[in-house]
Amino acid sequence: MKSRENTVTQILANVVCALFAATALLPFILLAIASLTDNTWATANGFSFFPKEWSLEAYRYIAVQWDTIGRAYLMTILVTAVGTFFSILVTTLFAYAICQTEVPGMKLLSFLMVFTMLFNGGLVATYYTYVNFFHIRNTIWALLVPNLLMNAFNVILVRNYFKNSIPYSLIEAARLDGASEFGIFFKVVMPLSIPIIATIGLMVGLGYWNDWQNGLYYLTERGGSQYYTIQVVLNNINENINVLLQSSSVTGGMNIKMPSTTVRMAIATIGILPILAIYPFFQKYFVKGITLGGVKE
Amino acid sequence: MRKKIKWKRVWPFYVMALPGLLYMIVNNYLPMFGITIAFKKLNFREGIWGSPWCGFDNFKFLFASSDAWTITRNTILYNVAFFIVGNVTAILIAVLINELQKKTAKKLYQSLILLPYLMSWVIVSYLAYTFLSAETGMINKSILGPLGLEEVNWYQEKKYWPFLLIFFNTWKNVGYSMIIYLSSIVGISTDYFEAAKIDGATKWQQIKHITLPLLKPTVITLFILAVGQIFRSDFGLFYQMPRNSGALYSVTRTLDVYVYQALMKNNDYAMSSAASVYQAVVGFVLILGANKLVKKYDSDSALF
Repeated sequence: MKSRENTVTQILANVVCALFAATALLPFILLAIASLTDNTWATANGFSFFPKEWSLEAYRYIAVQWDTIGRAYLMTILVTAVGTFFSILVTTLFAYAICQTEVPGMKLLSFLMVFTMLFNGGLVATYYTYVNFFHIRNTIWALLVPNLLMNAFNVILVRNYFKNSIPYSLIEAARLDGASEFGIFFKVVMPLSIPIIATIGLMVGLGYWNDWQNGLYYLTERGGSQYYTIQVVLNNINENINVLLQSSSVTGGMNIKMPSTTVRMAIATIGILPILAIYPFFQKYFVKGITLGGVKE
Repeated sequence: MRKKIKWKRVWPFYVMALPGLLYMIVNNYLPMFGITIAFKKLNFREGIWGSPWCGFDNFKFLFASSDAWTITRNTILYNVAFFIVGNVTAILIAVLINELQKKTAKKLYQSLILLPYLMSWVIVSYLAYTFLSAETGMINKSILGPLGLEEVNWYQEKKYWPFLLIFFNTWKNVGYSMIIYLSSIVGISTDYFEAAKIDGATKWQQIKHITLPLLKPTVITLFILAVGQIFRSDFGLFYQMPRNSGALYSVTRTLDVYVYQALMKNNDYAMSSAASVYQAVVGFVLILGANKLVKKYDSDSALF
């Protein structure tokens, strides 16, 4: 009796979970297949899980156009690496400083940090400040700095880790040995904080890799295109298609050169691949980041 | 007795805090002063400070337009729908995954369902396009066509979009909440289930009387956080997924999309800054209120 109920539960749970998992996965498979479909066939018959004519044409086109796409790819990697590095540095240093509650001013800094979660100037004021005061339009800073470099949420995660998981006696001992505060931070605290650094580093890195909004706000076609990342390229293709659709009766819109449908799907596919490639190895850090950040702060 | 501060010892901490502080000034605090734009008749030659004040004129313009009502309604209703559908789905998946006996199956399902969360909305818009495109979409060409049904011009028909947007949002984000719920379920003491089994409770009874009631604190905390965020919308979702189709604006435009379009497409600083400040101020009040609620209910999860 008990065991039969158990079997039923197992089957039911497996079937429902498999359905959800398939829903999550199938769009990626269709995208990949779409990128491998013959363009003429796709135009005539639409995208399909079972196309009759396959083709590597889209990827050949990307290989030929590699100076554009490859550049964007390189830019994505560069921005992600540099951005994540500085984000980790700035976040951990700040979090360590505000842990020192006996140092005057640190409580105020803590409050200033939390307050950024509650109130913000909004897009218009942020845009105006960055463009008119800091002149970051069409510079590499546009991709690295706005919104992504440090956020209060990560500071809180790191601060809690420092408070709860680094034994204070270790720091005291190092101090007695005459180590400088910076020495303690880099040689004692940081090595002990690898798990939390990996966790926030992964989240921040994903943020940089996936970012298209900074490109949308601060890069223009004339003057900023050398900084385009893959996501910005993909977004621009979307924007151009939308312009094209809305002005299809007007001949002016037709001047925009547009890669074929399958090529667009191929660019999207190669934008996803690196995430898929590292995901299995870093999955536990993603999960950890979510559970840490989820409910209890 | 006041402890004497040894400056020689503490100065390194100020140096450590400096980069973060500078960043907050640049990224967060200077823009806060920038909200004065909303009370000015902005003139680029004069800059913010030189432009004349105009009081609440910009807000009058905004609220006189029918857009103000539409974008507020859309923002709030979508947030409500996202919360209900997203959390019900997440709890369902979490409970089922927890019931699975095979560890590998557990991990596999968890990984696959979390995968969409790692994608940007641009990528998701490409994924959706392969299904929904009127000319080459899978749904029109491989399902509706062969079945002899009429093809749908998905990006022009607004009646489908409330459902589509709820689906997209759930599809992308359900993995995130599922993991939160799963970790709460795993945290439930096994004693409860053992005792229930001895009393002859069925699986369903255990879920109904043990698991679900013990998830209540998590649901309430997430609910209160969601209340604080109800005036914010995910710009990527509402901007990327409808592909800027004008026919869909009345059901797809939220505050964030409106602010962006007024600013970048129309260069309308008056309207966009007014909408932006309206969102920030109401959002601020809601977050303070929500936090007060958290404190009352569960002071450990309070933000401050």
